[in-house]
Amino acid sequence: MRTCNPWLARISALTLMGPAVVLADEAIDANSVNAFWGVSAEKFEYRYSDSDEKLAVIESDAWYGSDELKFRWQFTGEWEEAHNAWETLENQFLAQTPISEFWDAKAGIRIDTPEGPDRVYGVIGLTGLAPYWFEIDTNLYVSDEGDASVDFEAEYELLITNYWIVSATFETLLAFSEDREIGVGKGINSTEMGLRLSYDLIDRSFSPYVGVVHERKYGDTADFARASGGGTEDWFAVVGARLAF
Amino acid sequence: MTRRLIAVALALGLPAIGMAGEYDLTVDRVKIDTGDFVKEGIGYNGSSPGPTLRFKEGEDVVINVTNNLKETTSIHWHGLILPFEQDGVPGISFPGIQPGETFTYRFPVVQAGTYWYHSHSGFQEPNGAYGAIIIEPEGREPFRYDREYVVQLTDKHPHSGDRIMRNLKSSPDYYNRQQQTVMDFFTESREQGFMATLRDRRMWGQMRMMKADIEDVQGFTGLINGKGPEQNWTGLFKPGERVRLRFINSSAMTYFDIRIPGLKMTVVQADGNNVQPVNVDEFRIGVAETYDVIVHIRDEQAYTIFAESMGRSGYARGTLAPREGMVAEVPELRKAPMLTMADMAGHMDHGDMDHGSMNHGGMDHGNMSDGAMDHSNMNHGSMNHGSMDHGSMNHDSMSQGGMDHSAHGAGMPEDPFYASGSGLLPTASNGGKFLSYSDLRAQSPLYEEREPTREIEMRLTGNMERYEWSINGVKYEDADPVVLQYGERVRFKFVNETMMTHPMHLHGMWSILDVGAGKWNPIKHVISVAPATTVYMETEVDAPGEWAFHCHLSYHAAAGMFRKIVVEGGPDEEVASGDAQAKGGDA
Repeated sequence: MRTCNPWLARISALTLMGPAVVLADEAIDANSVNAFWGVSAEKFEYRYSDSDEKLAVIESDAWYGSDELKFRWQFTGEWEEAHNAWETLENQFLAQTPISEFWDAKAGIRIDTPEGPDRVYGVIGLTGLAPYWFEIDTNLYVSDEGDASVDFEAEYELLITNYWIVSATFETLLAFSEDREIGVGKGINSTEMGLRLSYDLIDRSFSPYVGVVHERKYGDTADFARASGGGTEDWFAVVGARLAF
Repeated sequence: MTRRLIAVALALGLPAIGMAGEYDLTVDRVKIDTGDFVKEGIGYNGSSPGPTLRFKEGEDVVINVTNNLKETTSIHWHGLILPFEQDGVPGISFPGIQPGETFTYRFPVVQAGTYWYHSHSGFQEPNGAYGAIIIEPEGREPFRYDREYVVQLTDKHPHSGDRIMRNLKSSPDYYNRQQQTVMDFFTESREQGFMATLRDRRMWGQMRMMKADIEDVQGFTGLINGKGPEQNWTGLFKPGERVRLRFINSSAMTYFDIRIPGLKMTVVQADGNNVQPVNVDEFRIGVAETYDVIVHIRDEQAYTIFAESMGRSGYARGTLAPREGMVAEVPELRKAPMLTMADMAGHMDHGDMDHGSMNHGGMDHGNMSDGAMDHSNMNHGSMNHGSMDHGSMNHDSMSQGGMDHSAHGAGMPEDPFYASGSGLLPTASNGGKFLSYSDLRAQSPLYEEREPTREIEMRLTGNMERYEWSINGVKYEDADPVVLQYGERVRFKFVNETMMTHPMHLHGMWSILDVGAGKWNPIKHVISVAPATTVYMETEVDAPGEWAFHCHLSYHAAAGMFRKIVVEGGPDEEVASGDAQAKGGDA
């Protein structure tokens, strides 16, 4: 099935009108391309903190769809070497559609299955390109426990040359209510800032990088972390690669 | 005449395809070696480019095309006037040629000139499925030459067409390696001042547009007749000869600026139709266009045919030489141009435009500091050398506003086919004459001049960030066909609202490009429309059936800049072909 686009109109047209529409569809299939896919890992890295914490981190994205409707699977995982366990393990299944020239809306579910209690969330989000080339991604989550939270990510790429690229990232998580079981306090939970210097080694498919990441927890979330013996602020050295197929 | 034909056949190294009307082509998987890389591709009769087909005006051709691929294929006879069922567009003219199937094309040849053929299925053409067509006129040609060569250009990329399309959809700047960098910012700051540079970046950043969006697909190797710059395709000549070069741009995505340092070129044909001769030093060939030029070579030395891509990210190179193995110097690529605010005009909401800050700070300097300073942007012909002291011009005095912009504007070549102040405005590297559409005049009018029956506006639209391309904001899959009535003369108004140049190609009927010359307007099959410009063409609707109309940049067409044109009414087929025959043949 090469076309799912515009899927609703297509399905209704097919059932209502029959052969004439099918013929027109052949012309479209032969002369334009309507469905695409992509697989990438924005982060595929090893982090080593000043407090000797070692993490393997992956943030990947696979999508399939048309200009009007894409299906995404986003996978985020943080593997902690000391505990030999997934500290974060998150799968998001989303549908995404454009709402303006530069912005897409998305909706779907997120399933968290890290070490400890699992959570399932409903997700609605916004992703796109803000003026001055800031890539923005923000989501509202409502968990099966009824707790709501928002995350926000911004990324800016600075071209040193057309192959050496510095990317600056900022991420934050804000919760509207406490979910003590998974260590989430009310208010701003955490921030993560990263600076990575990458080089496009093979096209844009394989771009190794080095960088630094600063993570900080705030408020109750920090207290929960301290209570369970963790730190609240960490500097990491990172080494990894951006991948795209 | 006969001697010339034999010479031509020998020179081209062609299998002697005679004037008999029957031709066989197989569509095969082939290896393409560009000298930079080797890749799998698609070709005809075992090679890419395929064989040059030589037809004779007035003959009825029969072409058997056998598909040896595992997928559907098709051949479109680009620029040929023929019955629509023979036009070779799957889903519009016919269902396509299935694997293992032989499809027989039959059509009368009603015109003469240089054309080409290519697959109209998927990305087979970017993958190598193209070849040249030469049609000998029935009568005499209005110019003389001693020998001729096809110079067929393409932009061969290591990635397959599907891969390129997918990458562009994932990340529209995937192939753009000429983006402005931090280093450029510092250089520009030094030359034009920190604030001016910051303002410039702010404007472009605010709009999320890139000044470097000139070529979607970089990283290709330019080929001439299938040979990369290192493999150096060579055409031989004897000193004193006039050599006719039939330039065909068979690229998927690349416009070329062509020159032969040391030689003047006389343009005698555009898109297969004779034009009143124009002497030029350089010309730009849009994707899918053809230009025939004649060079009169007096000296016994080698000359480089140098075809720089419009965005200066690559080039094709060949040689004209008295003996095999002789080479001439290969010029350096010139500095990559950048779009200016003028190229954005079609895209911008004028309410948002900050005219104050846009003025000369952001706009002209980017263009001038390097472009005009190296004199390549200046029209020396129209400029008064006496009053202009090149020595006293320097970067500093220019960037500080030491230059009188209004006076400079008058000295700069204006071309109605580029936005005023456009960063894309080409200039000849030797300061001489660069061909403009405005220079093209039909040798003999093909049609009676008459008032158009109506005007159809086609806004060329898109969203670069999403890599979506459309006409009037609607992609092919969502669009109704454009319905024309047989016997109409339709005036098309192309308004380019994007930042890219689009070569618009109408199948089956001629595009009469309005250069303001009335009945002498040139007849073409591809009309290139630069950013922020409005271009008119007229079409005598004299071919019944269903036709394709699209941007000839492969990935723009595939992303939706495509329309079906339906011509309703018309005489029965017998009358139609007779009629077309009467009208064809411009030589």
